[in-house]
Amino acid sequence: MECVFGMVGKGFALVVADTSAVNSILVHKSNEDKIMVLDSHKLMGASGEAGDRAQFTEYVQKNVALYQYRNGIPLTTKAAANFMRGELATALRKNPYMVNIVLAGFDKDTGPSLYFIDYIATLHKVDKAAFGYGSYFALSMMDRHYHPNMTVDEAIKLAEQCIEEIRSRLVVAPQNFVIKIVDKDGAREHSWRRTTKD
Amino acid sequence: MARYDRAITVFSPDGHLFQVEYALEAVRKGNAAVGVRGTDTIVLGVEKKSTVKLQDSRSVRKIVSLDDHIALACAGLKADARVLINRARIECQSHRLTVEDPVTVEYITRYIAGLQQKYTQSGGVRPFGLSTLIVGFDPYTGVPSLYQTDPSGTFSAWKANATGRNSNSMREFLEKNYKETSGQETIKLAIRALLEVVESGGKNIEVAVMTKEGLRQLEEAEIDAIVAEIEAEKAAAEAAKKAPAKET
Repeated sequence: MECVFGMVGKGFALVVADTSAVNSILVHKSNEDKIMVLDSHKLMGASGEAGDRAQFTEYVQKNVALYQYRNGIPLTTKAAANFMRGELATALRKNPYMVNIVLAGFDKDTGPSLYFIDYIATLHKVDKAAFGYGSYFALSMMDRHYHPNMTVDEAIKLAEQCIEEIRSRLVVAPQNFVIKIVDKDGAREHSWRRTTKD
Repeated sequence: MARYDRAITVFSPDGHLFQVEYALEAVRKGNAAVGVRGTDTIVLGVEKKSTVKLQDSRSVRKIVSLDDHIALACAGLKADARVLINRARIECQSHRLTVEDPVTVEYITRYIAGLQQKYTQSGGVRPFGLSTLIVGFDPYTGVPSLYQTDPSGTFSAWKANATGRNSNSMREFLEKNYKETSGQETIKLAIRALLEVVESGGKNIEVAVMTKEGLRQLEEAEIDAIVAEIEAEKAAAEAAKKAPAKET
């Protein structure tokens, strides 16, 4: 079962996602990158229907790039989040995208931010968010140990604790996870937590 | 002749599409623009009409980027340019979305030219009143290219070209003085061509340089420095011409 979760720290935001691509009982691959780098300072972790996930995230990425060429400045994280929600909402009662998204971004003037966007176009600005069966464990872990203005090390440790909980308590836990971080220097991959080689 | 320029879909008896030719006239009245292709650099230069005092010159960008690796300068009706540039930018992203690859310079030029042609063969519309200079590096081969399109929808690749006001003088200059250049030399050649028809000075010229790293707009101070260099070289050449004559 897919899981994506994220949290905001001091001057950065973290997104963690599993990297399994599954079809019924078959694991197609265990190194599927589900956290898309939307632009230089935004990360978008997406889970849900695989086709919809790729289609929707790529569509958003290209529209975010287009905005930048048209207007000379990049979209703020809040604007990107609202754009995504709008697209999901418009498609909802015709041909819904079955994608859940955790959007993390860093803006020069407002700092790091995290947005929870689910497939029926719910939008919340949050400090911590999680999707999937893993959310039961991740959210509980974060509720217990999260505090505002964590350092990168503290946040990574908390992410590891969440991953450990998911691994030990979820019946079909994903094998590998990827952690990506966004701060004033941009969005980039941080590290992997593997149990299997790809 | 008066009967054949109403609806552009009509040919005149001697084979002219007058609306297209009138659009080319509009281009000839637009500001001068020049493009020069070097081995590792492509330079676009545009004339800036002496700025109206109260206007914020930063809002009037004449050289725009269509994608990370493609830039465009134009001469003619600026409002028409906005429409074409917008369509081109959308096409750049759409191409990336559908084939997961950036456009080549030739592809986007073909697209823009195709758009311009469509408006010469449709009812109730007029052609776009502008010619464009499109530059960029091929994302796969790294080869630099310079293309030009015009209101009729034709396009071709050039080593160096000019469009807009006094483009003939600039093109003559380029034909006489063009040689394979790179880096700063390419920038100088482009500015020298522009200075043939434009009043000298950084505030009358807008210059942008495209390298593999992307597009860079030159600051007024930088342009002034290069213009000063060019003038010094010109003066030195003049002096050299006069001096031997004196000796003999």
